[in-house]
Amino acid sequence: MIDKTFIEKCRNIFGRDNVLTDKAELIAYSYDATPGIPRETPGVVVFPENTKQIQELIFLARQTKTPIYPRGAGTSLSGGPVPLSKGVVISFQKMNKVIEIDPDNLTATVQPGVIIADLNVAVSKHGLLYPPDPGSMATATVGGSVAENSGGLRGLKYGVTKHYIMGMEVVMPTGEVFRFGGKTVKNVTAYDFTHLFVGSEGTLGIITEIICKLIPAPKYRKAMIAFFNKLEEAGKTVTDIVRNHVIPATLEIMDKVTIQTVENYAKVGLPTDVEALLLIEVDGMGQDSVLWEAEKCVEIIKQNNGSYKIAETDSERDSLWAARRAALPALAQVKPSTVLEDATVPRTKLVEMLIAIQNIAKKYNLMIGTFGHAGDGNLHPTILVDPTDKDEMERLHKAVDEIFEIALSLGGTLSGEHGIGVAKIKYLKNEIGRSGVDTMRRIKQALDPDNILNPGKLVPMED
Amino acid sequence: MTMASVKTFFDDIETLKRELIRCMKCGNCMSVCPIYNIEKKEASVARGKIALGEAVLKDEINIDDETLVKLIFNCLVCKSCMMACPSGVRFDRIILGLRSAIVKKKGLPFVKKALFGLLKNPEFFDKGMKAFAAMQGLFLKSEGDKKRKPKGFLKAINPRLDEKFIVPELSKESFRDKVNEIIEAKEPQCSAIFFTGCSVNYLYPQVGDDLIYVLQRNNITVITPKSQNCCGMPVMVHGDIETAIELAKRNIDTFEKSNAQYIITVCGSCGSALKHEYPIILEGTDYEERAKKWSGKVYDISSFLLKVIKFEKPKGKVELKVTYHDSCHLKKSMKVFNEPRQLIKMIPGIKLIEMKKPDACCGSGGSYHLTHSDTALKISKSKVDDIKTTEADAVCTGCPACMMELFEGLHRFGGNCNVIHTVNLLAQSYRAENQS
Repeated sequence: MIDKTFIEKCRNIFGRDNVLTDKAELIAYSYDATPGIPRETPGVVVFPENTKQIQELIFLARQTKTPIYPRGAGTSLSGGPVPLSKGVVISFQKMNKVIEIDPDNLTATVQPGVIIADLNVAVSKHGLLYPPDPGSMATATVGGSVAENSGGLRGLKYGVTKHYIMGMEVVMPTGEVFRFGGKTVKNVTAYDFTHLFVGSEGTLGIITEIICKLIPAPKYRKAMIAFFNKLEEAGKTVTDIVRNHVIPATLEIMDKVTIQTVENYAKVGLPTDVEALLLIEVDGMGQDSVLWEAEKCVEIIKQNNGSYKIAETDSERDSLWAARRAALPALAQVKPSTVLEDATVPRTKLVEMLIAIQNIAKKYNLMIGTFGHAGDGNLHPTILVDPTDKDEMERLHKAVDEIFEIALSLGGTLSGEHGIGVAKIKYLKNEIGRSGVDTMRRIKQALDPDNILNPGKLVPMED
Repeated sequence: MTMASVKTFFDDIETLKRELIRCMKCGNCMSVCPIYNIEKKEASVARGKIALGEAVLKDEINIDDETLVKLIFNCLVCKSCMMACPSGVRFDRIILGLRSAIVKKKGLPFVKKALFGLLKNPEFFDKGMKAFAAMQGLFLKSEGDKKRKPKGFLKAINPRLDEKFIVPELSKESFRDKVNEIIEAKEPQCSAIFFTGCSVNYLYPQVGDDLIYVLQRNNITVITPKSQNCCGMPVMVHGDIETAIELAKRNIDTFEKSNAQYIITVCGSCGSALKHEYPIILEGTDYEERAKKWSGKVYDISSFLLKVIKFEKPKGKVELKVTYHDSCHLKKSMKVFNEPRQLIKMIPGIKLIEMKKPDACCGSGGSYHLTHSDTALKISKSKVDDIKTTEADAVCTGCPACMMELFEGLHRFGGNCNVIHTVNLLAQSYRAENQS
């Protein structure tokens, strides 16, 4: 594993300044943003500056059977970069260059360490947009979000990370450099490797360059907030909007517990006696169509007995959004720790899911605030706990098990956007079955015969 | 000295646990931390240091581990992370608690011990500063216009002190020596203590002069007690809580001798020490309640003028393009950022041009710019680049420590821009009105 010779070789490959070996430095790489999973301190952390260095590291790791853990900014919510079996952490923080923006082909080619928000600043100069916007986009890297296939608030209309990746360069676990995809809209050559590697959570190869798809940034937008006395009415509003062929960029929901907590914390003027609120934003290139979509939404809200506020100015828009932005911070104030899940159901099952979560909260005597991307059926039941309270933690685990069970029974999925990692690996079989797990193992073994790339994540190697 | 009856996080690192546990490791702090932004290492940012604190409490690493000590001292205490934290983790308490625990275990390094010992004795400190002012030529050669550069040999002691380093000249006479202790207004609106802070006292007396002038124009009786001493922030951030407590108590004693209604500061760090840190470090002592009482009376000059008194609007014209830099402690601790801009915009002739990131740290961090000059220089450069794109004639700020750093940075990285304090602008406008 990692001994003096290994570290010396790392220093030769990466340069002395790009290798961390002191225990205190290494402890800071023992976690990501996932609560309640094991931590482990890596044996060494390296900062590559080019693909060749990563290739050399792979050769070294294969010889010594040392596990490798790629890491972006470590804001992930399923344990992806945590070095479970010590080994080497590759931090991509120094491979953070935007290599090229091609406004005519609508692409950006980037190194994996580029921060998502920085990419958007760079492409905005051309009036373009890279739509995936996970909550952590001010910190999270493109590479990390590609590996995790991150979602965000714009998923309903614009899709998620996998819809915006056109090709990449990957260092394979056997050391070869493999480039696939490119700048063409159409490309059916070979297997669709892009979709294999997006969301592979660092288990199949190390992504070293990414071609992102860009779109023209929408010029107009209209935001509104709607309040409902019944969950069912909020749920019906969501499906009615889509049924009327309006696809809002944002269609977010907050339940009563979340609304009350936000109001208590941020005093943004929300009514605390309602059962749910929806934050809706429509956008587009033409003013008329955006206004038509907004009017349609208002009509549907009224039909479903909702009351609403519509933002006329940018500052009014900001104040509507303030409520949604305050959701997590507000909930996080209540108890020392928050467990944020992302079980996802078909849009039409939204209300059933919300009610099931409320029942689970009652059953296990837990405080759960639920908010999330209603249009995607992607909810974030946020369970507030005190990690020092053993009894509460036990109830938490039971509640989480049950939330997943119900999501699956409603035709949903374990994870809408956070990934499997270590956090959900034990549930994987419940969704994809024996044959699914076997298929994943075969793919993993074919590409990574030594099982050195992010072992213990996503693919359960043993039953 | 009164023994603390309540255990605070300065006495016992275990009390930090409740604070550490609140960190979700979400990483929001990484988007705003000036040090992480340069170094890109997890241990540079609040989240990483919190993980280190947790490891110490779990006995996975010793508090006096050499690398850990270095990492814990690699923080500007700018509080940017606290502004971005969704869980409201009070990282300032965590970092000071850890530093304090380090100092308790290891003691202070020799240089700090000598310096802080001097601070503890205000008379010695004052004499020392004046002696240094008289002898500054031994170390610093004059560049004219009250500027000084380090002599060649200093570079060997600290790499930052190279040929491009520049500081304002130390005044031979301190501000508090020359100003009358009490300046009565004829029909006073109220009375206020002027807490000068050391930088104004020794380096920027002009800021003090202008503050007095502005307060006189507004009919405020100004008390500038000679017995005030350092606010304690410089020693506190180095983990020397004992000295900080002593300085705080002496300042409170001084405040109590006057019957002033308010305390005015012109330095974000002094202000935040008086307003926020004193009640924390004096927790459990018989000074706690007194600290809380005075805390409510502390105002930065800009919010004092706009929120407390009937303020005489500046009418004199000052033809200047100005950009405003938010001092970290003024904005992120005292939450003062609108008022200085309001004041600047009131002055006829001034055009305020905002830079891209006005609240990005300047890289001073008290002594951070000397102890961690590599990182600090890069922070300073990005600040200066931001200032330059505004093409402003002057960068204005509410903190003398920032003024020093901006002055040095602009000199080093070549910006043709003056550095001034908000009260300088205000006084300039009042004076221009007199002349016209």
